[in-house]
Amino acid sequence: MGNLLSIVTFLPLLAALILAGLLRGKGEAVDRNAKWLAMFATTATFLISLFILFQFDPADTGFQMVEEREWLLGLKYKMGVDGISVLFVMLTTFMMPLVIAASWDISHRVKEYMIAFLLLETLMLGVFMALDLVLFYLFFEAGLIPMFLIIGIWGGKERIYASFKFFLYTLLGSVLMLVAMIAMYADAGTTDIVKLLSHNFATESFSILGIQVVGGLQTMLFLAFFASFAVKMPMWPVHTWLPEAHVQAPTAGSVVLAAILLKMGGYGFLRFSLPMFPVGSDVMANFVFTLSVIAIIYTSLVALVQEDMKKLIAYSSVAHMGYVTMGIFAANQQGVDGAIFQMLSHGFISGALFLCVGVIYDRMHTREIDAYGGLVNRMPAYALIFMFFTMANVGLPGTSGFIGEFLTLMGVFQKNTWVAAGATTGVILSAGYALWLYRRVVMGDLIKESLKTITDMNLREKLIFAPLVFMTIWLGVYPAPILDRIGPSVTALVQHYDTAVAAADLSAPAESADVEHH
Amino acid sequence: MISADLNIILPEILLSVFAMGALLGAVYTGKDKLASTLTWVTAAVFLVLAFWIGMTGEGSTSAFGGLLVVDGFARFAKVVILASAACVLLMSEGYMARRGMLVFEYPILVALSVVGMMVMVSASDLMTLYMGLELQSLALYVVASFRRDSAKSTEAGLKYFVLGALSSGLLLYGASLTYGFAGTTNFEGIIAAAVHGHVSTGLLIGLVLLIAGLAFKVSAVPFHMWTPDVYEGSPTPVTAFFATAPKVAAMAMFARVMFDAFGQAISDWSQVIALLSVLSMFLGAIAAIGQRDIKRLMAYSSIAHMGFALMGLAAGTALGVQAMLIYMAIYVTMNIGTFAFIMSMERDGQPVTDIDSLGMYSTREPAKALAMLVLLFSLAGIPPLVGFFGKFYVLRAAYEADLAWLAIAGVIASVIGAFYYLRIVFFMYFGEEQEEALETNGSWVLKGGLYLSALIMVLGVVNLFGVETWAQSAAATLVQ
Repeated sequence: MGNLLSIVTFLPLLAALILAGLLRGKGEAVDRNAKWLAMFATTATFLISLFILFQFDPADTGFQMVEEREWLLGLKYKMGVDGISVLFVMLTTFMMPLVIAASWDISHRVKEYMIAFLLLETLMLGVFMALDLVLFYLFFEAGLIPMFLIIGIWGGKERIYASFKFFLYTLLGSVLMLVAMIAMYADAGTTDIVKLLSHNFATESFSILGIQVVGGLQTMLFLAFFASFAVKMPMWPVHTWLPEAHVQAPTAGSVVLAAILLKMGGYGFLRFSLPMFPVGSDVMANFVFTLSVIAIIYTSLVALVQEDMKKLIAYSSVAHMGYVTMGIFAANQQGVDGAIFQMLSHGFISGALFLCVGVIYDRMHTREIDAYGGLVNRMPAYALIFMFFTMANVGLPGTSGFIGEFLTLMGVFQKNTWVAAGATTGVILSAGYALWLYRRVVMGDLIKESLKTITDMNLREKLIFAPLVFMTIWLGVYPAPILDRIGPSVTALVQHYDTAVAAADLSAPAESADVEHH
Repeated sequence: MISADLNIILPEILLSVFAMGALLGAVYTGKDKLASTLTWVTAAVFLVLAFWIGMTGEGSTSAFGGLLVVDGFARFAKVVILASAACVLLMSEGYMARRGMLVFEYPILVALSVVGMMVMVSASDLMTLYMGLELQSLALYVVASFRRDSAKSTEAGLKYFVLGALSSGLLLYGASLTYGFAGTTNFEGIIAAAVHGHVSTGLLIGLVLLIAGLAFKVSAVPFHMWTPDVYEGSPTPVTAFFATAPKVAAMAMFARVMFDAFGQAISDWSQVIALLSVLSMFLGAIAAIGQRDIKRLMAYSSIAHMGFALMGLAAGTALGVQAMLIYMAIYVTMNIGTFAFIMSMERDGQPVTDIDSLGMYSTREPAKALAMLVLLFSLAGIPPLVGFFGKFYVLRAAYEADLAWLAIAGVIASVIGAFYYLRIVFFMYFGEEQEEALETNGSWVLKGGLYLSALIMVLGVVNLFGVETWAQSAAATLVQ
């Protein structure tokens, strides 16, 4: 199967086209068929994507299963996966059937809803597989359209404001990246990511409007890409679109946003910023560390005072992404390993937390924390699941959340002790807001009249959580399968980074990286 | 010699003869009863000519002692002009007929303005250029005020005429200065006189006045004032025509004058055009935000799009001209689809142009709403739709010509512009249900135009239908 990656990428699109073109009419039968077709397509995509995982050779640090075709002049349709991207592909295909299952109770414009999600899956997979700059940009940006519609059509009360903010905010970040891509094309003469990875962009300092730019072109390119990925990530202070979008999006939309879309920023840093602009990354590393630590502490504090459950989890996502950026720019094996691990684990955990909110929102139609209390009395199974993911979010050893946080902290400790110390306070704060949320929602006596008749999770909901629980524990207890797959690619990345930074030898005191290879 | 010369402009001659023959024939026979047939026949003639010009003709030949030139660039522009004019004529037939506006002069006037446009893009002398321009403009002044009983339409025609005359005056003054200092009106002579660093002040003033006159025709800021009023006041099919073919012709003529006549002084005009470009992009993006009338909104949208096309021109390179041509071809396709949609917006048989009236349009007409959604995102330049590639090419051209600041300004303007396109999507998909819903019918021609244009926006991602290579060879003939 020479075009396995394309098959996986475009299978959901095919299903979306079938839905749009062949499924006519209105009514319950059509809605049911749309749901089952979407379920079938996403499951099939997941099963086929398992072949990618099996065929993937962890020892090979280059790109595998590469497909290449001529496209428009100078551009290529080129897809491939390496140790960094393959697991994101798997995360996407794994989450999508769960997302569809979580949307089973949607009753408003079901067909369009399923089309939007299938389209989104194709675009997200494309982002992780694209090996051409413009192709990457295409998938990266196009994802805004279905997400805009998902928030705008199926969202909550303030959905319109949230959808516009989401769209324009992320678009503004991305267009600067587009200009940087054009600059890279002009400089390197190619948009092929594989070739660009070995291209050395200029590092000679120059000055613009009297400001000395250390690291020259690389720093400029880094900043342009940073504008895009930092918004996508999102990093403090450009995170403000995320809580709005999360709160207003339907449950499934929040899950996709938290579990997959946020990972595009981190993936972008790993695919572009770190390997292509190592000197630029090195120059800006302290800046990123500062933002990350602020993100971790500040958004954790903000999360403490939230009254809306989804908002609280959204702020906690921003804090957790702070660990990711910190780990990535530590640029050593532990840091980058940890960042990737943290992104994958956060995909499962935050996805599950939003699903947890969805379960009670479907019953009570409110996300106010004060509207709940004592749920454990009527919903023991729910209380257990929610407890489990709350603990995972806090980073309890034995869950996948712990491994990611620990590795990133270890990585950054070698670079900058103060940053590590600051970030560690975030661990304590996260325990604070997560446990407090849990106490207010689940513990205590059930006194609210409206909650007296609430029912526990049904079988469908339990089945959705089962794979997430399994993954969280498995990766928490035995993370080796993940680390073995990302390890070699990360080692190559870190070596490349160190060589480039050493070769550039900036006058600014560049911290020498202490790298341990394992 | 003369027969060879005539042979070169045979398409223009044929079209003129057709227009005059049709005029005589219609006057003496059926008059307005023939209007419908005549519209279809004219569109067919346009398409045949477009096909003919596109398929035949190699290299570059000049005629009448250097008054006209037919090269790859002119052929590209002519094909786009003819094809878009044909599409607009086809779409307007039903619309005009139902409102009793379909008179036999309409297709004839359109045909005559198309002749003017064809001369404009082929002109290689200031005299030819002006003749083509005036023929085009005079026909357009009349069609702008076609709805004689409507104050707005008359106002549109008058405004267009007065401001058009002003711009023609500027252009002529620039042309006379150029003639005075270069000693010739022929582009080949001017290019010899205008070498960078040796451009005399008089010639420079002539150049600037020429640019001002041309900028009026492409409605670039600060010469854009007429555009919203004329777009709003004219009957919608006429607005659709204004937004497509004349824009291509004016932009092509702009490029022709800049490269053929002032090609040795690129750095002299590049900054001026860059400024026009950045102003147009920002004004188009910001002023459109407050619009409630979709035709006015499209007017500001076209100003912003012209800003992007000018960005390609400002680059002053072959890549820039190629980007501009691709941009214009894509722009025209998007506008034909969008105006097909606007023409189908009606309530109780009356045309409606309020954006509010589109509230929850998507529940009643999912297919049309989806096609419009695609077009709007394409206009906003969101990938993977074709509109993005137009922007990508001009940005690339600008960056490679050391105009990185212009590229950055352009992308920021495009984000601001995205807002008002999203606003239409918002009305169609998340808006309030309208009490008086728009009618859901619409002729098959309008639906065809809308769906086809939307389909092109999606499928074009594969290879842009080969426009890219064609534009490349066209640009190569202009920029040596």
